[in-house]
Amino acid sequence: MRVQVERRHHGSILMASLTGELDHHAAEAVRTTLDRELQGRRNVRLILDLSGVTFMDSSGLGVILGRYKKVQDTGGEMVIAGVSRAIDRLLEMSGLHKIVRMYPNCETAVVALKEVAK
Amino acid sequence: MNPANEMSISFSALSENEAFARVAVAAFVLPLNPTMEELTEVKTIVSEAVTNSIIHGYKERDGIIYLQCKILGDRMELVIEDHGVGIEDVDVVRQQLYTSRPDLERSGMGFTIMESFVDELEVDSAISRGTRLRFVKYIRTPQSAAHYEV
Repeated sequence: MRVQVERRHHGSILMASLTGELDHHAAEAVRTTLDRELQGRRNVRLILDLSGVTFMDSSGLGVILGRYKKVQDTGGEMVIAGVSRAIDRLLEMSGLHKIVRMYPNCETAVVALKEVAK
Repeated sequence: MNPANEMSISFSALSENEAFARVAVAAFVLPLNPTMEELTEVKTIVSEAVTNSIIHGYKERDGIIYLQCKILGDRMELVIEDHGVGIEDVDVVRQQLYTSRPDLERSGMGFTIMESFVDELEVDSAISRGTRLRFVKYIRTPQSAAHYEV
Protein backbone atom coordinates (compact mmCIF):
# COMPACT_ATOMS: atom_id res chain seq x y z
CA MET A 1 0.00 0.00 0.00
CA ARG A 2 1.26 3.44 -0.94
CA VAL A 3 0.46 6.59 1.01
CA GLN A 4 1.03 9.91 -0.66
CA VAL A 5 0.65 13.06 1.39
CA GLU A 6 0.17 16.44 -0.22
CA ARG A 7 -0.46 19.89 1.21
CA ARG A 8 -3.16 21.93 -0.49
CA HIS A 9 -4.61 25.41 -0.16
CA HIS A 10 -1.40 27.07 1.14
CA GLY A 11 -0.66 24.11 3.35
CA SER A 12 -3.81 24.37 5.41
CA ILE A 13 -5.30 21.18 4.00
CA LEU A 14 -3.57 17.84 4.27
CA MET A 15 -4.49 15.36 1.58
CA ALA A 16 -3.50 11.72 2.07
CA SER A 17 -4.06 9.46 -0.92
CA LEU A 18 -3.97 5.72 -0.28
CA THR A 19 -3.28 3.28 -3.11
CA GLY A 20 -3.54 -0.50 -2.89
CA GLU A 21 -5.06 -2.89 -0.36
CA LEU A 22 -5.85 -1.64 3.13
CA ASP A 23 -5.86 -4.75 5.33
CA HIS A 24 -4.29 -5.62 8.69
CA HIS A 25 -0.91 -6.09 7.01
CA ALA A 26 -0.91 -2.55 5.58
CA ALA A 27 -2.71 -0.92 8.51
CA GLU A 28 0.29 -0.44 10.77
CA ALA A 29 2.38 1.37 8.15
CA VAL A 30 -0.52 3.57 7.10
CA ARG A 31 -1.23 4.49 10.73
CA THR A 32 2.43 5.34 11.39
CA THR A 33 2.73 7.43 8.22
CA LEU A 34 -0.43 9.41 8.86
CA ASP A 35 0.31 9.91 12.54
CA ARG A 36 3.74 11.28 11.69
CA GLU A 37 2.03 13.90 9.52
CA LEU A 38 -0.48 14.72 12.25
CA GLN A 39 2.13 14.84 15.00
CA GLY A 40 2.03 18.05 17.01
CA ARG A 41 -0.43 19.76 14.69
CA ARG A 42 -3.74 21.19 15.76
CA ASN A 43 -6.82 22.06 13.71
CA VAL A 44 -5.69 19.87 10.85
CA ARG A 45 -8.04 19.61 7.93
CA LEU A 46 -7.37 16.14 6.54
CA ILE A 47 -8.74 14.62 3.36
CA LEU A 48 -8.41 10.86 3.29
CA ASP A 49 -8.49 9.96 -0.39
CA LEU A 50 -9.55 6.33 -0.78
CA SER A 51 -10.09 6.39 -4.56
CA GLY A 52 -7.01 4.21 -5.09
CA VAL A 53 -7.95 1.61 -2.48
CA THR A 54 -8.71 -1.67 -4.24
CA PHE A 55 -9.53 -3.72 -1.15
CA MET A 56 -10.42 -2.89 2.44
CA ASP A 57 -11.61 -4.83 5.49
CA SER A 58 -12.33 -4.09 9.15
CA SER A 59 -8.65 -3.35 9.80
CA GLY A 60 -9.02 -0.43 7.38
CA LEU A 61 -12.10 0.74 9.27
CA GLY A 62 -9.97 0.74 12.43
CA VAL A 63 -7.32 2.94 10.82
CA ILE A 64 -9.92 5.39 9.49
CA LEU A 65 -11.79 5.59 12.79
CA GLY A 66 -8.52 6.06 14.70
CA ARG A 67 -7.38 8.96 12.50
CA TYR A 68 -10.84 10.52 12.65
CA LYS A 69 -10.73 10.53 16.47
CA LYS A 70 -7.18 11.86 16.53
CA VAL A 71 -7.96 14.76 14.19
CA GLN A 72 -11.22 15.51 15.98
CA ASP A 73 -9.53 15.51 19.41
CA THR A 74 -7.04 18.15 18.27
CA GLY A 75 -9.69 20.51 16.97
CA GLY A 76 -9.42 19.51 13.31
CA GLU A 77 -11.63 17.87 10.77
CA MET A 78 -11.23 14.75 8.68
CA VAL A 79 -13.26 13.98 5.58
CA ILE A 80 -13.16 11.05 3.17
CA ALA A 81 -13.03 11.27 -0.62
CA GLY A 82 -13.37 8.82 -3.49
CA VAL A 83 -15.11 5.93 -1.78
CA SER A 84 -15.91 2.89 -3.92
CA ARG A 85 -19.19 1.00 -3.55
CA ALA A 86 -17.48 -1.84 -1.69
CA ILE A 87 -15.85 0.51 0.82
CA ASP A 88 -19.06 2.50 1.18
CA ARG A 89 -20.82 -0.69 2.29
CA LEU A 90 -18.29 -1.17 5.10
CA LEU A 91 -18.46 2.48 6.16
CA GLU A 92 -22.23 2.23 6.28
CA MET A 93 -22.17 -1.02 8.26
CA SER A 94 -19.85 0.51 10.86
CA GLY A 95 -21.87 3.71 11.14
CA LEU A 96 -18.80 5.75 10.09
CA HIS A 97 -20.63 7.35 7.17
CA LYS A 98 -22.92 9.03 9.70
CA ILE A 99 -20.08 10.82 11.47
CA VAL A 100 -17.52 11.41 8.71
CA ARG A 101 -18.33 13.67 5.78
CA MET A 102 -17.76 12.05 2.40
CA TYR A 103 -17.08 13.56 -1.02
CA PRO A 104 -17.03 11.92 -4.45
CA ASN A 105 -13.45 13.07 -5.13
CA CYS A 106 -10.58 15.14 -3.72
CA GLU A 107 -11.43 18.30 -5.60
CA THR A 108 -14.94 18.55 -4.16
CA ALA A 109 -13.49 17.79 -0.72
CA VAL A 110 -10.91 20.58 -1.09
CA VAL A 111 -13.61 23.06 -2.14
CA ALA A 112 -15.77 22.09 0.85
CA LEU A 113 -12.88 22.40 3.32
CA LYS A 114 -11.86 25.78 1.89
CA GLU A 115 -15.41 26.95 2.60
CA VAL A 116 -15.06 25.82 6.20
CA ALA A 117 -11.81 27.80 6.45
CA LYS A 118 -13.45 31.08 5.46
CA MET B 1 -24.70 -31.70 -10.64
CA ASN B 2 -20.93 -31.88 -10.91
CA PRO B 3 -19.03 -33.54 -8.05
CA ALA B 4 -17.66 -31.26 -5.36
CA ASN B 5 -14.44 -29.44 -6.10
CA GLU B 6 -12.24 -28.81 -3.12
CA MET B 7 -8.89 -27.42 -2.10
CA SER B 8 -6.98 -26.91 1.10
CA ILE B 9 -3.97 -24.84 2.02
CA SER B 10 -2.09 -24.21 5.20
CA PHE B 11 0.18 -21.26 5.75
CA SER B 12 2.10 -19.37 8.42
CA ALA B 13 0.08 -16.96 10.55
CA LEU B 14 1.82 -13.89 9.11
CA SER B 15 0.04 -10.74 8.05
CA GLU B 16 1.59 -10.83 4.58
CA ASN B 17 -0.38 -14.05 4.00
CA GLU B 18 -3.73 -12.28 4.39
CA ALA B 19 -3.57 -11.14 0.77
CA PHE B 20 -2.37 -14.58 -0.36
CA ALA B 21 -5.28 -16.35 1.37
CA ARG B 22 -8.02 -14.07 0.02
CA VAL B 23 -6.64 -14.11 -3.52
CA ALA B 24 -6.28 -17.92 -3.45
CA VAL B 25 -9.91 -18.41 -2.42
CA ALA B 26 -11.11 -15.78 -4.90
CA ALA B 27 -9.26 -17.58 -7.70
CA PHE B 28 -10.73 -20.93 -6.62
CA VAL B 29 -14.34 -19.70 -6.71
CA LEU B 30 -13.89 -17.86 -10.02
CA PRO B 31 -15.35 -20.76 -12.08
CA LEU B 32 -18.69 -20.06 -10.32
CA ASN B 33 -18.72 -16.78 -12.20
CA PRO B 34 -19.35 -14.57 -9.16
CA THR B 35 -20.20 -10.91 -9.54
CA MET B 36 -17.55 -8.37 -8.50
CA GLU B 37 -19.56 -7.74 -5.36
CA GLU B 38 -19.66 -11.44 -4.46
CA LEU B 39 -15.95 -11.77 -5.11
CA THR B 40 -15.25 -8.80 -2.83
CA GLU B 41 -17.42 -10.41 -0.16
CA VAL B 42 -15.51 -13.70 -0.41
CA LYS B 43 -12.16 -11.88 -0.18
CA THR B 44 -13.35 -9.84 2.78
CA ILE B 45 -14.56 -12.91 4.72
CA VAL B 46 -11.20 -14.64 4.22
CA SER B 47 -9.31 -11.52 5.19
CA GLU B 48 -11.33 -11.04 8.39
CA ALA B 49 -11.04 -14.68 9.47
CA VAL B 50 -7.31 -14.94 8.74
CA THR B 51 -6.63 -11.62 10.49
CA ASN B 52 -8.55 -12.86 13.55
CA SER B 53 -6.44 -16.02 13.66
CA ILE B 54 -3.22 -14.01 13.43
CA ILE B 55 -4.10 -11.30 15.95
CA HIS B 56 -6.36 -13.10 18.39
CA GLY B 57 -5.77 -16.83 17.85
CA TYR B 58 -1.99 -16.75 17.73
CA LYS B 59 -1.50 -13.32 19.38
CA GLU B 60 0.83 -12.40 16.49
CA ARG B 61 3.18 -15.25 17.35
CA ASP B 62 4.09 -18.38 15.35
CA GLY B 63 1.29 -20.59 14.14
CA ILE B 64 -0.29 -22.26 11.16
CA ILE B 65 -3.65 -21.36 9.63
CA TYR B 66 -5.62 -24.11 7.88
CA LEU B 67 -7.99 -23.18 5.10
CA GLN B 68 -10.33 -25.46 3.17
CA CYS B 69 -12.74 -24.50 0.44
CA LYS B 70 -15.32 -26.66 -1.25
CA ILE B 71 -17.62 -25.86 -4.13
CA LEU B 72 -20.78 -27.83 -4.75
CA GLY B 73 -23.10 -26.40 -7.35
CA ASP B 74 -23.53 -22.74 -6.48
CA ARG B 75 -22.63 -23.35 -2.83
CA MET B 76 -19.24 -22.44 -1.42
CA GLU B 77 -18.14 -23.91 1.88
CA LEU B 78 -15.14 -22.38 3.54
CA VAL B 79 -13.38 -23.47 6.73
CA ILE B 80 -10.66 -21.37 8.35
CA GLU B 81 -9.05 -22.84 11.43
CA ASP B 82 -6.26 -22.03 13.86
CA HIS B 83 -4.77 -23.92 16.79
CA GLY B 84 -4.40 -20.81 18.88
CA VAL B 85 -5.76 -19.65 22.23
CA GLY B 86 -9.45 -20.08 21.41
CA ILE B 87 -12.39 -17.84 22.28
CA GLU B 88 -13.80 -17.83 25.79
CA ASP B 89 -17.28 -16.62 24.92
CA VAL B 90 -18.26 -16.81 21.25
CA ASP B 91 -21.46 -14.80 21.78
CA VAL B 92 -19.45 -11.86 23.11
CA VAL B 93 -17.03 -11.69 20.17
CA ARG B 94 -19.93 -11.84 17.72
CA GLN B 95 -21.31 -8.58 19.10
CA GLN B 96 -20.92 -5.55 16.88
CA LEU B 97 -18.10 -3.17 17.88
CA TYR B 98 -16.69 -5.62 20.44
CA THR B 99 -12.93 -5.96 20.42
CA SER B 100 -10.72 -7.87 22.83
CA ARG B 101 -7.80 -5.65 21.78
CA PRO B 102 -8.76 -1.97 22.12
CA ASP B 103 -5.00 -1.29 22.30
CA LEU B 104 -4.66 -2.27 18.63
CA GLU B 105 -7.22 0.21 17.30
CA ARG B 106 -9.47 -2.50 15.94
CA SER B 107 -12.89 -1.49 14.67
CA GLY B 108 -14.74 -4.41 16.27
CA MET B 109 -16.52 -4.99 12.98
CA GLY B 110 -14.91 -8.26 11.88
CA PHE B 111 -17.68 -10.65 12.90
CA THR B 112 -20.46 -8.29 11.82
CA ILE B 113 -18.91 -8.02 8.36
CA MET B 114 -18.38 -11.77 8.07
CA GLU B 115 -21.94 -12.51 9.16
CA SER B 116 -23.48 -10.10 6.70
CA PHE B 117 -21.42 -11.36 3.75
CA VAL B 118 -22.28 -15.07 4.10
CA ASP B 119 -25.39 -17.23 4.27
CA GLU B 120 -24.21 -19.28 7.25
CA LEU B 121 -21.46 -18.87 9.82
CA GLU B 122 -20.58 -21.40 12.50
CA VAL B 123 -17.99 -20.72 15.17
CA ASP B 124 -16.44 -23.62 16.98
CA SER B 125 -13.85 -22.73 19.59
CA ALA B 126 -12.19 -24.25 22.63
CA ILE B 127 -9.77 -22.57 25.03
CA SER B 128 -6.13 -23.50 24.29
CA ARG B 129 -7.29 -25.67 21.39
CA GLY B 130 -8.15 -23.11 18.75
CA THR B 131 -10.96 -21.73 16.65
CA ARG B 132 -12.68 -23.03 13.57
CA LEU B 133 -14.94 -20.84 11.42
CA ARG B 134 -17.18 -22.48 8.86
CA PHE B 135 -18.89 -20.36 6.24
CA VAL B 136 -21.47 -21.21 3.63
CA LYS B 137 -22.07 -18.78 0.83
CA TYR B 138 -24.18 -19.17 -2.29
CA ILE B 139 -22.70 -17.64 -5.40
CA ARG B 140 -25.74 -16.46 -7.27
CA THR B 141 -24.41 -16.63 -10.80
CA PRO B 142 -26.50 -15.14 -13.57
CA GLN B 143 -28.14 -18.48 -14.48
CA SER B 144 -28.97 -19.39 -10.89
CA ALA B 145 -29.95 -15.81 -10.09
CA ALA B 146 -33.10 -16.39 -12.11
CA HIS B 147 -34.36 -18.55 -9.23
CA TYR B 148 -34.22 -15.63 -6.85
CA GLU B 149 -35.67 -12.96 -9.08
CA VAL B 150 -39.27 -11.93 -8.55
